[in-house]
Amino acid sequence: MATVETREARQPWILLAPALTAVALLLLVPLAFIAVYSFWLRTATGADIAGFHTDNWAEALSDPFYRDILLGTLRIAAITTLVCALAGYPAAYFIARSKANRAILLLLLMLPFWVSYIIRTMSWINILGVSGAFNSALLAMGVIGQPIQMLYNEATVILGLVHFLLPFMVLNVYVSLEGIDETLEQAANSLGATRWQAFREVTLPLSLPGLAAGGLLCFVLAAGTYITPLVLGGPTDAMFANLVFEAIITQLDWPLGSALSLMLLAILGALVALYNHFVGMSQIARGFG
Amino acid sequence: MDHTRRYERLRERYLNGGLDRRSFLGLIGAAGLAYGVRTPFAGHALAAAGEVRFDGWGGVVSEAFRKHAFDPYTAKTGVTVIDGTFGGGDEYLSRVKAGQPGEYNIAHLSGVFDYARYHDLGLSSELNRANIPNLDYVIPKLVTVLSDYSGGALSAVPYDYGTTGIAYNRKHISDDEAKAKGASLLIDETRKGKIGGWADWRTRIWMAALQTGQDPNNATDMDAVWDAIRKHRDLALKYWGSGAELMSLLAEEEIYVTEGWSGRIYALQEQGHDIGYVDPPNGYGWQECLFVIKGSPMAECEELLNFMLDPATSIAVAEGQNYPPALDPQKVDLGAKIPTLPAFDPTGTLSGLTFANPAYWNGNEQEWSKTFGRVQKGY
Repeated sequence: MATVETREARQPWILLAPALTAVALLLLVPLAFIAVYSFWLRTATGADIAGFHTDNWAEALSDPFYRDILLGTLRIAAITTLVCALAGYPAAYFIARSKANRAILLLLLMLPFWVSYIIRTMSWINILGVSGAFNSALLAMGVIGQPIQMLYNEATVILGLVHFLLPFMVLNVYVSLEGIDETLEQAANSLGATRWQAFREVTLPLSLPGLAAGGLLCFVLAAGTYITPLVLGGPTDAMFANLVFEAIITQLDWPLGSALSLMLLAILGALVALYNHFVGMSQIARGFG
Repeated sequence: MDHTRRYERLRERYLNGGLDRRSFLGLIGAAGLAYGVRTPFAGHALAAAGEVRFDGWGGVVSEAFRKHAFDPYTAKTGVTVIDGTFGGGDEYLSRVKAGQPGEYNIAHLSGVFDYARYHDLGLSSELNRANIPNLDYVIPKLVTVLSDYSGGALSAVPYDYGTTGIAYNRKHISDDEAKAKGASLLIDETRKGKIGGWADWRTRIWMAALQTGQDPNNATDMDAVWDAIRKHRDLALKYWGSGAELMSLLAEEEIYVTEGWSGRIYALQEQGHDIGYVDPPNGYGWQECLFVIKGSPMAECEELLNFMLDPATSIAVAEGQNYPPALDPQKVDLGAKIPTLPAFDPTGTLSGLTFANPAYWNGNEQEWSKTFGRVQKGY
């Protein structure tokens, strides 16, 4: 007969079992398949040769084409994260300090999640297109004589990503700001600090974990996207996930696509591990409520 | 399908262990009831035999299939047709490869090229031509080019054909200029930023072969071809990935010129857009087939194919999707609209169209698709 201690020791595992099973079946097992696949080879007819071949890894790691696209992807993700931070922090601060309308503002923040990401991305075509709302308004006001070509470049890719990721940043920063005791700022003011100094010396440092959590989410999601460059990018605005898509879907080269996807996963995983080491994952969990 | 044949097939499935006794007797009972009292029970009895999944190109094409073929077929037989869409043959092949046998049944694939690929990957089925009597109405050349590849057996029926030609906005490019320049319009530097193109390596190479004065089915100077593709890439605003995107880019005047699919351009013209279309010499001709994938319910698939090849259905679909049907104009009266469609050949010989040589293109697929992926991204 099991002792009380044994039963208590088992309880967390029993409660965790469904989640762990789901993670194992839906994440770890497919990941293992992808890892195995990355060592196979693709034949000219599209069929795969099973075995242990390092050719795909050698190509993925040594070919400057993949390195350059990867660096470009990380650059776009970094710019997106920075823009999200700059635009998201004031919004989060405003919501956190807003007493009366906080619920409505939070609801508005969540509103975009009710619309498909693809639809939201494609909506920019109707806004920034040659015959879109923006050009039509400028033409109607006589500001321009000819429509301006605004779509299908790196800037619109970043715009689309910011549009998609901004709520993630705002939510994380908001949660962090909400947890800060407002009397700390008042105390700083009473000790002679200006409002800006109180914010810079007290509030900002205390909210950095939220900013870091939002930054991590934005960066990881931006670096792994392929829809936005596909819809809003020009011919040369591909990101690394587009290479994975093409290798698997267009070229039917699943082994190489597997190696490329694991490469991206390893880089982003390393970033998450670094974050976890220095900041901890608890802040992200709080960001999701 | 008549009741006798349906009974024989059910019995065969039962004897082979593919149907349990209860289901077999239930289906026989339902069929008997249907035979006795006819509708509305007949539909239920036939529906019990299953459903067929059909995947196509979406947009106006899928609408035409749904309206003129699938809905009438379901109304007649009770067999449900589940229709899905894809953006291209490559993408769909990946899905089929990842799926289970029987998960995907019939696909609207690009003629010989995809037929050969699917056959080479062991995905082909073997149709019983006796169950598809309407195949007799089809242009013989379109059938033999498929069956020759699969050693006499047939895994698909030809359904329509068309071209990928040069589509242009008449407000900015005259018909004379389009005709004179042909595929070279796609690398016209004066149109920088107003040029589009399909993100498909075969089409890009075909157009580049024309731009460099080479035979698309036997280009000898591939360096020149890749340089032409690079030039097009640098001048292009956007690579499009679907027929809907092609139509949107032209209709919204984001681009003035691109290569385009004849039926989609005709649809734009029907909608009132002033878009011109020209097939340059050696332009890209293609046929499309309805390919039955290995593991599919053959009886239902053959019945659907026969229904779809019925001249009345085939002509209605063709008029809806704006691509000429594979029916031989020498055997079938195709009505008033079809002879006006782009690429239509009244002789039924299709001698004026240049089709892709499957051996040539499939033989180079691995290398060229990969190289295009790099060139497309600025390399």
